[in-house]
Amino acid sequence: MAIPRFWRETPSRYNLFASKCGNCGEVHFPPRSVCPSCHRKSIGRMKSIKLCGSGKILSYSVVHDAPEDFEMQKPYIIAIIEMKDGVRLTAPIIDCDECDIDIGLEVEASFRKLGQEGKAGVIHYGYKFRPLNTTPPEK
Amino acid sequence: MRDVAIIGIGETEFGELWNKSFREIGIEAGFKAIEDAGITSQQIDALYIGNMSAGKFIEQEHVAPLVADYSGLADMHLPAVRVEAAGASGGVALATGYMAVASGMYNIVIVGGAEKMTDVGDTQALQILSATADQEWESVFGATFPSLYAMMARRHMHVYGTTRENLAAVAVKNHRNGSLNPNAQYRREISMEMVLNAPPVATPLGMFDCAPLSDGGAAVVLCPMDRAKKFTDTPIQILGSGIATDTLALHNRRDICTMDATVIAGKRALHQAKRTPKDVKVAEVHDNFTIAEIMAVEDLRFFEKGKGGAATEEGLTALNGEVSVNTSGGLKARGQPVGATGVAQAIEIVRQLRGEADKRQVDDATTGLIHNVGGTGATAVVHILERGD
Repeated sequence: MAIPRFWRETPSRYNLFASKCGNCGEVHFPPRSVCPSCHRKSIGRMKSIKLCGSGKILSYSVVHDAPEDFEMQKPYIIAIIEMKDGVRLTAPIIDCDECDIDIGLEVEASFRKLGQEGKAGVIHYGYKFRPLNTTPPEK
Repeated sequence: MRDVAIIGIGETEFGELWNKSFREIGIEAGFKAIEDAGITSQQIDALYIGNMSAGKFIEQEHVAPLVADYSGLADMHLPAVRVEAAGASGGVALATGYMAVASGMYNIVIVGGAEKMTDVGDTQALQILSATADQEWESVFGATFPSLYAMMARRHMHVYGTTRENLAAVAVKNHRNGSLNPNAQYRREISMEMVLNAPPVATPLGMFDCAPLSDGGAAVVLCPMDRAKKFTDTPIQILGSGIATDTLALHNRRDICTMDATVIAGKRALHQAKRTPKDVKVAEVHDNFTIAEIMAVEDLRFFEKGKGGAATEEGLTALNGEVSVNTSGGLKARGQPVGATGVAQAIEIVRQLRGEADKRQVDDATTGLIHNVGGTGATAVVHILERGD
């Protein structure tokens, strides 16, 4: 993936920046330039806000067949998270055993490495989620 | 708007076709359809080809003129258009061809679909399929295509009590149907135990919950209903055609256990056809994963929401059940050459309505339905077919 393509999205991937409609107050993640509820009335009125960073698991899967970039991480957990702000997003779950994960589990965002452009390329960072109120296991 | 009929069908074998190139696959399907319709190439007015990702699978874009060219039609300078809607490419190509004939713009239209998936490795193919999800907000984080359907399955199990066995019953049934289809990629029955004990792909889905990677092509010939009798004694009329779309990313859907695009496309097609779900006797639905068929039979309103899994395990969707679903073997057993799927589904329903489905013939096949999905449900397209004689 070209560097600018990732760089453009860093505000939302690093800091969970979302958009809030200036007309109806609805929050969207990733940010949108048009509110799906207000359409034209929202254009130019979308504000940038930061999500609170925690939510709970709506559904999840343990991935065993992974694309090349994720080969070293498998098996890993991917989940759809319902954020406290009302939006949903898809993210990996870390610092959590397969047997401890469940629908409804409370999780919080954590800033992590997402991937790398080849062996010597640029490293991409962004959010992953971990169970709330737990410290990562000691190495 | 004019009534439209399918007057010819043709398909290649589905599977790992090492000795056939993309262009050979496209031509073979097209010529079989032309022969079945009893038309000559010179009568063709336009060509629509469903293809998802030739650019990534064989590094070839611009495939519609390619197929027209190698079919020997370059001198006719035909309008030839590629249609892309991920897994729904074939179905949307059919809808596009239908509109072209219904509008009066063209009389004889070929709708084809083709995909050549085995010229890349399995891992790369998985990555290409995952590109039909949201690349920036799903795939980048490691969500694979199977894992997105797995999350629908997990939630469906959580909310409606759908069981692992319910899911497995879809694969068992479709392999049983596939064993009766000489064109299917897998013509062997499998047991419930085999499905349950297969290696995991993305939990709760295992290997036998997923449709395979395939090469293959399919084509149908369309013409106005009032001319169809000149070509065939058994024209099959397209009574309804509905396309619907939804958010690209699964997490943005209203409900991840319902494909709203399927619900709406189904309602649109049935409304136009003046039919109800109860009228449908035979259906080809999009079972790229076992959970997808369970959600489809619910969202198309054959069964109440949440009851699709139990209905499948009870045999209500088996051959000559309440509604015979995926008599061809579905994507699971017939194979899933992505762009060809929607057209291959139409071919199976045409065979059923003509009474040419041999060992898998449904007894009272009067009204048929085709349901084709793109991505995780960002596109759905539904057609209703009946005999027009």
